[in-house]
Amino acid sequence: MAKKLNIIGTPTPKLDAGIRTTGKAIYGHDMKLPGMLHGAILRTQFPYADFTIDVSAAKKLKGVICVITAEDIDTNTISYKRDHPVLKRGTVNCIRDEIAAVAAETKEIALEALKLIKVNYKPKRGIFDPSDSLKEKAREVNRFLKEKKYEKNVADKFFYEHGNLDEQKKKSAVIVKKKFELQRMTHCCMATSNITADWNVITKRLTLYSSTQVPFLYQRDMAHCLKINPSDIRVVQVVIGGGFGSKLDMNPFEPIAAILSMKTNRPVQILYTREEEFIASPTRQTMNIEMEAGADKNGNFTFRDIKIIKDNGAYTSWGATTPFVMMQTFSSLYQCPACRFESVAVYTNNPNAGSFRGYGNPQATFAMESVIDLLADELKMDKAAIRLKNSNYKGEITGQGLHFETCGHKESLETVIEKSKRQDAGGKMQDARYKRGIGYGSMLHVGGGAKIYRSDGCGTTIKLDDYGYLTIVTGSSEIGQGSETVLAMMASEELSIPLSKIKVVNTDTDVKPWDVGVHASRTTFVAGNSLLGAIDLLKKKLNKKAAILLNTPAEEFIYENEEIKNSNYQSVKIDKVVREIHFASPSELCTETYFYEPSSKFQDKGFKGNVSGTYAFAAQAVEVEVDTYTGNIKVVKIEVAQDVGKVLNPLGIMGQIEGGVLMGVGYALSEELIMENGYVKNPNFHNYKMLTASDVPEINFYPIETNDSQGPYGAKGMAEAPLIPTAAAIANAVADAIGTRIYSLPLTPEKILRALNEKSNNGHSVVIR
Amino acid sequence: MKKKVDTNKIEISFSLNGEKKTMLIKSSMILLDLIRDEIGLTGTKTGCNEGECGACTVLINDVAVNSCLFPAINIQGKNVTTIEGISDGVKLDPVQEALIEKGGVQCGFCTSGMVMTIKGMQTKFKKGKHKPTTEEIKKGLEGNLCRCTGYVKIVEAAEKVIHGHS
Repeated sequence: MAKKLNIIGTPTPKLDAGIRTTGKAIYGHDMKLPGMLHGAILRTQFPYADFTIDVSAAKKLKGVICVITAEDIDTNTISYKRDHPVLKRGTVNCIRDEIAAVAAETKEIALEALKLIKVNYKPKRGIFDPSDSLKEKAREVNRFLKEKKYEKNVADKFFYEHGNLDEQKKKSAVIVKKKFELQRMTHCCMATSNITADWNVITKRLTLYSSTQVPFLYQRDMAHCLKINPSDIRVVQVVIGGGFGSKLDMNPFEPIAAILSMKTNRPVQILYTREEEFIASPTRQTMNIEMEAGADKNGNFTFRDIKIIKDNGAYTSWGATTPFVMMQTFSSLYQCPACRFESVAVYTNNPNAGSFRGYGNPQATFAMESVIDLLADELKMDKAAIRLKNSNYKGEITGQGLHFETCGHKESLETVIEKSKRQDAGGKMQDARYKRGIGYGSMLHVGGGAKIYRSDGCGTTIKLDDYGYLTIVTGSSEIGQGSETVLAMMASEELSIPLSKIKVVNTDTDVKPWDVGVHASRTTFVAGNSLLGAIDLLKKKLNKKAAILLNTPAEEFIYENEEIKNSNYQSVKIDKVVREIHFASPSELCTETYFYEPSSKFQDKGFKGNVSGTYAFAAQAVEVEVDTYTGNIKVVKIEVAQDVGKVLNPLGIMGQIEGGVLMGVGYALSEELIMENGYVKNPNFHNYKMLTASDVPEINFYPIETNDSQGPYGAKGMAEAPLIPTAAAIANAVADAIGTRIYSLPLTPEKILRALNEKSNNGHSVVIR
Repeated sequence: MKKKVDTNKIEISFSLNGEKKTMLIKSSMILLDLIRDEIGLTGTKTGCNEGECGACTVLINDVAVNSCLFPAINIQGKNVTTIEGISDGVKLDPVQEALIEKGGVQCGFCTSGMVMTIKGMQTKFKKGKHKPTTEEIKKGLEGNLCRCTGYVKIVEAAEKVIHGHS
């Protein structure tokens, strides 16, 4: 029988909400160290150009302490493929490129100095379309890539297949083949990128006050770049003002700050302006997805054949590995006997793409769920029925080898289908101008980490002090998502210590044990299991002493109200047990360390294998209203059902659901970083449209609890999922409303009007089907 | 040696979080820079510096403004309230309590601005004796961007303090 839970499952406000609500949280922008200098970066004016640079006038400006160009530094190239020089020498490759940097006494002087740097550019014709980069005559865009495994201008390539495609094609009663275009979306973290670097010339050690979401990989990458020892770098994470995947890669401004500090022997701070944030932060990948898929006459899916071209930009980030996630969706979301998947990441002179919440999955899911609607149309089959028929099931081992030990896919679909049924008995609103429609989308995502680095683990050290307070030192990081709180809740549940007596330490690589970082929705699952492992060890130690104090066998104890109790209601206070251990002879401390590595396995060379400890599923049903006069889309309602394994903190989960869904609505309707010949045309919140409080539709959430045997209390990772199927479901709802489909995002009023126009010109009426 | 008078500087007197202040400032100074860089109160955030995101919102005579667009000399004779002055220092303000309890805080970078905007709305609606609709409350929050929460919990918190129910 399941144990009765006290705090797990109850709405619990974030432990750090108090400091964040009172202005007391110290973000990177608020850091101030004695003697600190202000750094600023000069970026190119042209996306592709040769240049010469003269910094002599800037160096002479009063208050300027240091000016650097590529000539002044000795660093290794950075990035996932090590194809990105920190400062560019002689040639720039995209509009975000750094060509010089300044450290000065004030921000104003630093900016003034940038203006004094003379640059002579010889602009050249850049390549901004991946298909142009792939042409035979195209020049090499990135000349820093050392390991040239693929053809010219291909940064990375993935190929996957299972089943017999030809055979399944023959079995297909209907086949659909379509192309989809996905736009450039950017993170819009409310705090812009920031770093404060502090080199100590005496100890030869570097402290970085950073917003990274992967501190240990960052430490390693920084050390490689600067050619120093990783352990001589201490990464201290400041309070992070938004992550969403943007802080998975180390970017050039970070080593630049470190170098400026090393050259000046003073702390140096670099803060991005908002415009810089839009131009120089890696974005979600733009993609062209060509998808062919079939179904037999009964609506069973037969095969999928996918070709993807991704715009890599000028350099390669972790985002190049998004096909790991995308191929899971194509191979394994809904049962599919045969799948072939091919993707290339192509260099262009656009700013480099990065990783972003969902990691390729919103793009893949948009194509997939659109195609499912089209197959249903061809078969004249109900769009809900075709999804339910093909849904994933518990115990399924997919063609790719993903093992769904628990699976809430069908239940999620059934829930949102039921909840989105119209009150008015299926009658669509009959209005000449406003058309209503309903669309579905579902998703599959890793829910128990993702084995793509050598270790997907997390370490935890816990310390119970003489006064009964618990300190959790976790490798995992808090980036606003509430991981501190959920970890403290778990400890409280196990030890019956109230949250007010639990402290979470998680910001210092000199102190905390190793963790691979915040990504893949892995923190609750991996850090949670790690913590529970440490608590088990601690309890063994406490139980042993309590057994002596209570003269009872150790197995029988329960933890309640900060006491250890036996079955005869005899009890001893936890803090007393700690003191008895600490002050005994021989004496000992109540400190334990545990490292948890998920059961997941590396995939083989063909990308087959069970890559995650568990998998998350979700479905959304969206109702929209399209104004056929203006092309405006109003999202009326979004029904969300998600297999989260187990709800640990309802308040935290709702925050992720609502925030994720709205991010998905933005992806569907309004957000696009517009590029023109390598220039970012809308690097500000006025022209890059993030949604506001008035744009929020009704969002209803139905958690599906499948109680995963591997998850802490049965929980799975859940935080990326809410945004993954949203755009797909909205696009399907719009198609349902206006009777014609749009194959690219965002669904702007212009596209809607054009589609309606084309439709009526083809002789179809605009009246709803 | 005679002290040189800086003609670019101007003396202003104002009240900051209930405390009277007189300062010599550059006439071109922006209020956000005065608060963060000169006075050193960092609870007010710089999100965009162009009046689009609302992270820098403060109250001037109880009205919410974007301090990143506000010339500092215009606070002459006025009461400026920042996030540091919103509560009495012992107890949290009900706006802060509501945001915490409803779960309206994630990364928290927009939160100071959200608190000030909701506070400004609360005062405005109290004065006008008008009970705003949820739509009006959402409208009032349009100038404050948040990337984490999807606004739902923030709107709930605002409704709670403005309507006085849970």
